[in-house]
Amino acid sequence: MTVTTQPPALTDAIRVAVPERSLRHDVRAVSIVWRRELIRFRSDRLRAITSLVQPVLFLFVLGTGLSRLASRGMPAGVDFRTFIYPGVLAMSVLFTSIFSAASIVWDREFGFLREMLVAPVRRWAIVVGKCLGGATVATFQGIIFLALAGVAHVPYNPVLLLTLVGELLLLSFTLTAFGVMMAARIKQIQAFMALTQMFVMPLFFLSGALYPLNGLPSWLSVLTRIDPLTYIVDPMRNAVFSHLSISPLAVDTLSPGITWNGWVVPLGLSLGIVAVMGAGMLAVAIAEFRKTE
Amino acid sequence: MTQAITVSELTKKYGEIEAVRGIDFEVAPGETFGFLGPNGAGKSTTIKILCTLADPTSGSARVAGHDVLRERDTVRRNIGLVFQDTTLDGYLTGEQNLRFHADLYGVPKSAFPARLRQVLEMVGLWDRRGSVVATYSGGMKRRLEIARGLLHAPRVLFLDEPTVGLDPQTRTSIWEYINELKQREDITIFLTTHYMDEAENCDRIAIIDHGKIVAIDTPEALKGSVGKDRVQISTADDALAIGALADRFGLDAGMHEGLLTFSVPSGEQFVPRLFAELPVAIRSVSVSRPSLDDVFMSYTGKTIRDAEATIGDRNRLIATRFGRR
Repeated sequence: MTVTTQPPALTDAIRVAVPERSLRHDVRAVSIVWRRELIRFRSDRLRAITSLVQPVLFLFVLGTGLSRLASRGMPAGVDFRTFIYPGVLAMSVLFTSIFSAASIVWDREFGFLREMLVAPVRRWAIVVGKCLGGATVATFQGIIFLALAGVAHVPYNPVLLLTLVGELLLLSFTLTAFGVMMAARIKQIQAFMALTQMFVMPLFFLSGALYPLNGLPSWLSVLTRIDPLTYIVDPMRNAVFSHLSISPLAVDTLSPGITWNGWVVPLGLSLGIVAVMGAGMLAVAIAEFRKTE
Repeated sequence: MTQAITVSELTKKYGEIEAVRGIDFEVAPGETFGFLGPNGAGKSTTIKILCTLADPTSGSARVAGHDVLRERDTVRRNIGLVFQDTTLDGYLTGEQNLRFHADLYGVPKSAFPARLRQVLEMVGLWDRRGSVVATYSGGMKRRLEIARGLLHAPRVLFLDEPTVGLDPQTRTSIWEYINELKQREDITIFLTTHYMDEAENCDRIAIIDHGKIVAIDTPEALKGSVGKDRVQISTADDALAIGALADRFGLDAGMHEGLLTFSVPSGEQFVPRLFAELPVAIRSVSVSRPSLDDVFMSYTGKTIRDAEATIGDRNRLIATRFGRR
């Protein structure tokens, strides 16, 4: 006996029953929102290239240019570019993360957001999918920059690379959550860009990405401790410096860790602060998107 | 049998502006129901409430038997939407857009391929499913949205101005798809339009103006309620005919478009009398039913275009206050 599968007759509607909402369904929604970000990133190679321009400029042009001047203050055998590499690596995901969140503003502008908001899924699924998508895309971006580590004399040590990728993922997620939270309120793309731009550069400059956190004037010292980015740049620098073969004194000078009034903040707490901030902003973003007119 | 849509005493305020001012209506299962009115009359606000995108200020609405406020998710599972502005992702292909929708709506994975093919073939886009949506024409995008709205086999399909911004030919073809759809799927359609000719495709129409329903009935009955058909004749002696019409029938006739024109109730029955009693030779005669334009005019005292001119300002006010597009 042969079994033939026939295409469904087009005169009858194929009965499709949309199931009751369940956690599995919400997870499927998270996954498709996340996948959409990846599909869009893949079709947008230009963005991948252009967003590498800025960190490359910082590392090679600014880094090389300043290294002659900076070498006087550097312990022997350490390249200035090695010093700024972790900070610039963090920068490489900064813009991508926040611009991924900007796609929510675009989605609103082009109506696609409404397609998502009217679906029978929990709003958290959409927001979480979006944040995971932005974080993944930004981390990819960071990984491309990570490939250039050797040029800055950072070793390709698997443990170091994995640590850095993990930290990039955490940073990207938090930044995307920040962006999504902003995008919930800001409906115009120009305003969003202007406002995030206003946040991003100070965050970067105050994070200690380009200078060590010790011996700063007190006003700057306080500002660096307020900047959330500080709490991810420091663990990243710590990871890099613990894999360099240089004197402990040099490590202490260049990667002194974050201190609160003399107390050294443990790495775990530092990363915890970033994670809690990310979770908090995610919660605010979800609450914002739950509202209806 | 439960009604597909039940709305009672529904109002919606944006600040002090009342977009919807207490409306009541019911839509039966399988019916095609049209909301006809000028831009800004409250059509889109009503759709938003029925689709759970906006909360009513007061009153209640049930869609597919479920309350739009308390059973939001159940309502969402049972409705399909085609919005006024396109809501497709231009970076994705047609198929990817539908796959996204299927996952969001939890369409069973086993049923998806067949259903995908069915809805895409229905709107004639099966061959273009692999193309990025940004390369589609306006009409193709609208068709893809209709296919997407149907993908999860909703019980009620909402079409908000389904043909706005499309050329007349595309509008006609969109209507062919909708009419075919009515025959093929067991579905209730709720649509809004401000095109009179399109409203005639509906089983019943509600005329809405300034957030209120001013009339609700079948297109035929609404046109009948205007009461009079327009009769145009050409005669051997128009001046004599005008006099005779006034004397014998008490009709006030005038010359329009080169023809002797007057209005009578049930024109078809009047024509035989006209031939029998008018002492002037008649060369030609035409009887036309009132259009929905006449209906709108008779209920609101203005044409739809007049209404849009005044309401445009109110809309802009809402838009600036609430940052809506």
